[in-house]
Amino acid sequence: MTKKKLRIGEFFLYGLIFLCAFVAVLLLIFVIFYVLSKGMKRVNIPFLTTVTSVRKGTVGIAGNIVNTLLVILVTMLFATPIGIGAAIYLNEYAKPGKMVTVIEFATEVLAGIPSIIFGLFGMMFFVETLGLGYSILSGSLTLILMVLPLITRNTQEALKTVPDGYRNGAIGLGAGKFYMIRTILIPSAMPGIITGVILAVGRIVGESAALLLTAGAAKLLPKGFLGIFDKIMQSGGTLTIQLYLSATSEGDFDSAFGIAVVLLVIVLIINLLTKALTARFDVSKQK
Amino acid sequence: MSDNTIISVKDLNLYYGTNHALKNVSMDIYENSITAFIGPSGCGKSTFLKTLNRMNDLVENVKITGSISFADEDIYAPSVDTTLLRERIGMVFQQPNPFPMSIYDNIAYGPRVHGIRDKRKLDQIVEESLRGAAIFDEVKDRLKKSALGLSGGQQQRICIARALAVRPTVLLMDEPTSALDPISTLKIEELMEELKKQYTIVVVTHNMQQALRVADYTAFFLVGEMVEYGETKVLFSYPQDKRTEDYITGRFG
Amino acid sequence: MKKTREKIAGSIFLITAIVAVVSVFAITFYMFLKGAPAIFKVGALPLLFGNVWEPTAANPSYGIAYIILSSVIGTFGAVLIGVPVGLMTAVFLTDITGSSRAGRSLSKWISGAVELLAAIPSVIYGLIGMMVLNPFMYRLEKIIFTGSDTHQFTGGANLISAVIVLAIMILPTVINVSCSSIRAVPQSLRSASLALGASKLQTIFKVVIPAAKSGIMTGVVLGIGRALGEAMAINMVAGGAVNLPLPFNSVRFLTTQLVSEMSYSSGLHRQVLFTVGLVLYIFIMIINFLLTKLKKKGEREDD
Repeated sequence: MTKKKLRIGEFFLYGLIFLCAFVAVLLLIFVIFYVLSKGMKRVNIPFLTTVTSVRKGTVGIAGNIVNTLLVILVTMLFATPIGIGAAIYLNEYAKPGKMVTVIEFATEVLAGIPSIIFGLFGMMFFVETLGLGYSILSGSLTLILMVLPLITRNTQEALKTVPDGYRNGAIGLGAGKFYMIRTILIPSAMPGIITGVILAVGRIVGESAALLLTAGAAKLLPKGFLGIFDKIMQSGGTLTIQLYLSATSEGDFDSAFGIAVVLLVIVLIINLLTKALTARFDVSKQK
Repeated sequence: MSDNTIISVKDLNLYYGTNHALKNVSMDIYENSITAFIGPSGCGKSTFLKTLNRMNDLVENVKITGSISFADEDIYAPSVDTTLLRERIGMVFQQPNPFPMSIYDNIAYGPRVHGIRDKRKLDQIVEESLRGAAIFDEVKDRLKKSALGLSGGQQQRICIARALAVRPTVLLMDEPTSALDPISTLKIEELMEELKKQYTIVVVTHNMQQALRVADYTAFFLVGEMVEYGETKVLFSYPQDKRTEDYITGRFG
Repeated sequence: MKKTREKIAGSIFLITAIVAVVSVFAITFYMFLKGAPAIFKVGALPLLFGNVWEPTAANPSYGIAYIILSSVIGTFGAVLIGVPVGLMTAVFLTDITGSSRAGRSLSKWISGAVELLAAIPSVIYGLIGMMVLNPFMYRLEKIIFTGSDTHQFTGGANLISAVIVLAIMILPTVINVSCSSIRAVPQSLRSASLALGASKLQTIFKVVIPAAKSGIMTGVVLGIGRALGEAMAINMVAGGAVNLPLPFNSVRFLTTQLVSEMSYSSGLHRQVLFTVGLVLYIFIMIINFLLTKLKKKGEREDD
């Protein structure tokens, strides 16, 4: 009476579920191996340290690496304090009400806007209306808006895990609110803040559409140390932009895959970093 | 109340990892009767109840030795299909847990899972089950409404009706009234009296008065051991074991 | 002294918080400011429903119907593939691997892989699509359309390639959101179903997934948003001719339209491109609106 029933349908369904779950893994393995096998031969010291030049006969991405770093630097320089400040306002100052709803809704909307729209806005506003031209500055200003929600949300999450006792303790000792935030809250929320920052950096490294419309594609290195400041006002293509151009208009697939290798390595490092950080964060929460 | 054994447990031991949660439990459960398991929390009474329809299979690292036979079939034999076993030994849980769907779909869930598609047949089963759980009149006008809109006591009777709908032989009830108010509790107890005409009921309760009110047989559990088992009146009036006496007189627990 | 410092600090925090609000307003404002004029110049009907895109011809025509349609169909296709696969993966991670040590670590590895997939830059997906998918599609195209008089050969850069790339790119979103909503389904519902004699799969498909449906819908809508907004990867694999979105046609999407023509456009052509951006923006805002609706619904169901 209770002997096992044969369920062929279920057997197939299980098979399908297993298949789907391994699709993700297989895809990842394929992407990594394919990119490495096609791109490793291109990645060498000259490729990483020179600039493409028809006259010298070199092909290199040093300029793009510098541009990427500059974009990250300038973007994060503004986005980090703004993002953290917004989170602190939402969690520590604002009373629940219309204001908070509006700000949180806006943050959510920002997070849902695709990068091409940011690019379009950046081009209309920073590049043209403000007259900053296709430049690393225009690109960075655009990306600030894009990564802002990432930092705000991660900081908010981190602030929520700080026990109220810490706040009351400090305030009870007569510390001002700002003092308490500086000395108690921000240090306690640091791992979450750093996670948000690293995720934002990852997002910038992988970004292409928004930058194509705002930062241009130039690949020259800045001239000397002071040249960096000039460079910020000039056009500069990041690694992703160069990959795109190499693969499309330039038809140089070897270089495209070489850049892909570099990008993959950066993405892997960022992923491991966030993993390590969240693991440490969890341990400190348990204590 | 009859003396026909329907479930027979022999030398049952259960381990959660290294924790020996049930120790050498042996007992017979009789057809068309209400059997209550009592004991302080953590004594293993709920764990034991769940071995009867193999709900413990879902927990990792559980090891079970000994045997349980139901209608003369070893329910832990490798050839047993747990879905068919649970079709015959139903269960009602401590917290009312209706599915987030309509009352009708809640009741029809079991029959549908077991292959009944005919609309008229389902309608009939739903009505019978709701009547069986003494809640038909309260919900007949809103069968298509969500079951989550009902009160806790009503939800629990929906859950009982849902269990009845697969037409089980045995109904396991795990502290079915502990989350309910006194009036709902009373309704469910009356219902149990009615149900035992057709079903065998095994109920875990933290409430000795409840065991005394509804159960024909009572088993007392303490730290994984079944200390004493017998007719309820006998057990409460003339406990054989000192520990049973201490418990029912309220000296611990 | 201390009081003024506190006040200043508070106002600075307020200002940083308002940046997001101002940004959203500014973006919306600019989208309409720049996107609306062309609608009046070309006319709403010929613009939105015209299917001839010849912006640089002597007698230019600015119909973006095929472009809108391509975005809609491409997104729909990506969701059609990505959502079932993502949902099955989520089911695997939450309900199949189990709580044993081996099951948990398997689930952790797969989640890790999903996370990495989400982090890979879209241009890399585009690059691989160009090198792997397109040649494969070209072979199929040659088999299917040899001898056809009407088909324009694309070399494999077609709608299907774009749909596959998009499906892969929305997979992590669908998986993550589905996972968390499936995990939030109370264990007691699973127990109730199993105790009625339902099998594990019946329990998953008839109780768990329906109970998690508003969360899963959120994942689907987020996936739609992601697919609709993706630009670079599909620009690399979809060919880029303005065409009726048939599987083997070279197609152009709202996003790729901006990427490929913005750099050389001018005058009315450029203004129409802004309108394309506005259309995309309106689509995205509708999705945002749906998301808030869904979230509110989810919160109500939790009560």
